[in-house]
Amino acid sequence: MQFKLAQTLSVATFVAAAFSAPTAFAADKIVKIDGSSTVYPVTEAVAEEFQKATKTKVTVGVSGTGGGFKKFCRGETDISNASRPILQKEIDDCKANGVQFIELPVAFDALTVVINPKNEFAKKMTVAELKKMWEPAAQGKIKTWKQVNPAWPDRPLKLYGAGADSGTFDYFTEAIVGKSKSSRGDFTASEDDNVLVKGVAGDPDALGFFGFAYYEENHSTLSAVAISEKAGKPYVLPSKEAIEDGTYQPLARPIFIYVNATAGAFKPHVKAFVDYYLEKGRPLIEEVKYVPLPAKDQAAVVAHWKALKPGTGFGGKAEVGVKIEDLIARIK
Amino acid sequence: MNKQASALHNLDEVRAMIKRHKMNDQIFSIIGLIALMVGLLTLLILFIDLVMDGYPKLFSWDFYTNFPSRRAANAGLLSAWVGSALVMIVTFISAVPMGIAAGIYLEEYAPKNWFSDFIEINVTNLAGVPSIVYGLLALGLFVYILDLGQSIVTAGLTLGLLILPVVIVATREAIRGIPVAIREAAYAVGATKWQVVYHHVLQYSIGGILTGVIIGMARAIGETAPIITIGALTFIAFLPPSPVTSTAPFLNFDWLTSGFTVLPIQMFSWLSRPSADFHVNAAAAGAVIIVVTLLMNAMAIRVRYKMRKKIKW
Repeated sequence: MQFKLAQTLSVATFVAAAFSAPTAFAADKIVKIDGSSTVYPVTEAVAEEFQKATKTKVTVGVSGTGGGFKKFCRGETDISNASRPILQKEIDDCKANGVQFIELPVAFDALTVVINPKNEFAKKMTVAELKKMWEPAAQGKIKTWKQVNPAWPDRPLKLYGAGADSGTFDYFTEAIVGKSKSSRGDFTASEDDNVLVKGVAGDPDALGFFGFAYYEENHSTLSAVAISEKAGKPYVLPSKEAIEDGTYQPLARPIFIYVNATAGAFKPHVKAFVDYYLEKGRPLIEEVKYVPLPAKDQAAVVAHWKALKPGTGFGGKAEVGVKIEDLIARIK
Repeated sequence: MNKQASALHNLDEVRAMIKRHKMNDQIFSIIGLIALMVGLLTLLILFIDLVMDGYPKLFSWDFYTNFPSRRAANAGLLSAWVGSALVMIVTFISAVPMGIAAGIYLEEYAPKNWFSDFIEINVTNLAGVPSIVYGLLALGLFVYILDLGQSIVTAGLTLGLLILPVVIVATREAIRGIPVAIREAAYAVGATKWQVVYHHVLQYSIGGILTGVIIGMARAIGETAPIITIGALTFIAFLPPSPVTSTAPFLNFDWLTSGFTVLPIQMFSWLSRPSADFHVNAAAAGAVIIVVTLLMNAMAIRVRYKMRKKIKW
């Protein structure tokens, strides 16, 4: 045929080949990771450095915490990133497929409540006030700042928040409203936190929430709100120190990796990766604007990993404000 | 006298009418121009905006030879564009021969009955099915039933399915443009049906067919939804095994089962980062995707032009 089909094809193959690496290792030497987009930056940083240091291949996908657990419990991945603890349904799935897991908290994220910098009146809030704004009963009723706190002006209240599929939404509702996934529906929701950043930065009447890293990168166009757990307790701004000393409550949340226990015990490259994560991860965690665990919690997590104890400390339920030490002590 | 007056009067009317029609002409051409400009200028502004945002990365060689990284300054497109290229090879091989063959069959061989009509309607409809539907189909069929995993071959076959109807429709359109006289002349000198198709119909319609193929491929390269559905990776800092090796048998098919990422997914991942530096990378990646698509479309136009010039009948 003079159609040059064959030629075109061979050129395409050649171009692709020219830049491809020399023949790779067998596929079973890859550390496969998937899961939460919140944990992704941390795991990506560790994966990048680990791969440079050891030449072991690592892949990281972003399917969300739930999507990640689906793959993990089918045994398709070695490690699952999770921004919330594993749920009962997922535990059952794992059990059905004979997948045992080791639960490792790796860092803290501060869910940050933000307002527009022009907003001078609402620089601090109590959880009760936040609840008044976000609870399902507020839908269609709480429309102005004044309705939340009589000291605030009679201006429209515009809410921005994470989409209902995200672990961030689950944690925020659990911590503020008291029940996971229970929230008013009439707010601007987006899975893309940059949309929320733009929304709050452009609207003086807005209030939103997202992970600390997004606030940190945009602190010139946003103000963080100091949170008081309940009336009488001090108002605390999100910061590394406040998370470490446990005063930023209830919005400091641990983030996890779940390691396939069989892979962790019998695949040396997976074991090496988790070792690296726990030993060398601290500066990387800070670099991507998350907060490493306090030293003694870190030691407890390392000991827990070395003991390869499977199971979860949450019993399949969402829970807010658990101390890492207690969490690990629960897994017998 | 009276007659003359009415004739003059008529002439005025005709003149007025001509004037009115000319004005309508003008109005329509202006509306047409505006309609054209709305589309073109929007695209142009978008593209210029992407280039301006992504400017620092776009002209740096490192951007194309670096793997993704947590540091925006070091992060590059290497695994994404290699992934896209390999996926496109599978897509091409799986969709194009089959699509052209199906198009020829439907146009030249298929009996004209209700069954052919039924297939025809379905093929045309398939061309308009949202791509996410193909992603879900592929997740069930390729990933789980056929157990191909979240691999390049899965992605290639998925996009192959996606552009198959496009190729079939383009092939049929191109073949339909061949005058009946050509076929009849060939039959008259004793050619068989296959000889007519191969020596004449295909030769004259290949320009149109290739145009359709390239436009289909250009659509496939920008697809994100079905690729995310089947589980493409976000961080992958190594390349699949090379399809061509230096030792016999020189071909290696391990890359088919490798994990991968593609350009639009890399762009999407950068866009959702908190740091504005990554948004520069995302803009640059967007500009790259647009340039690749434009190049492919330009190639389609050139192929059509060259093929048309070669035809003498």
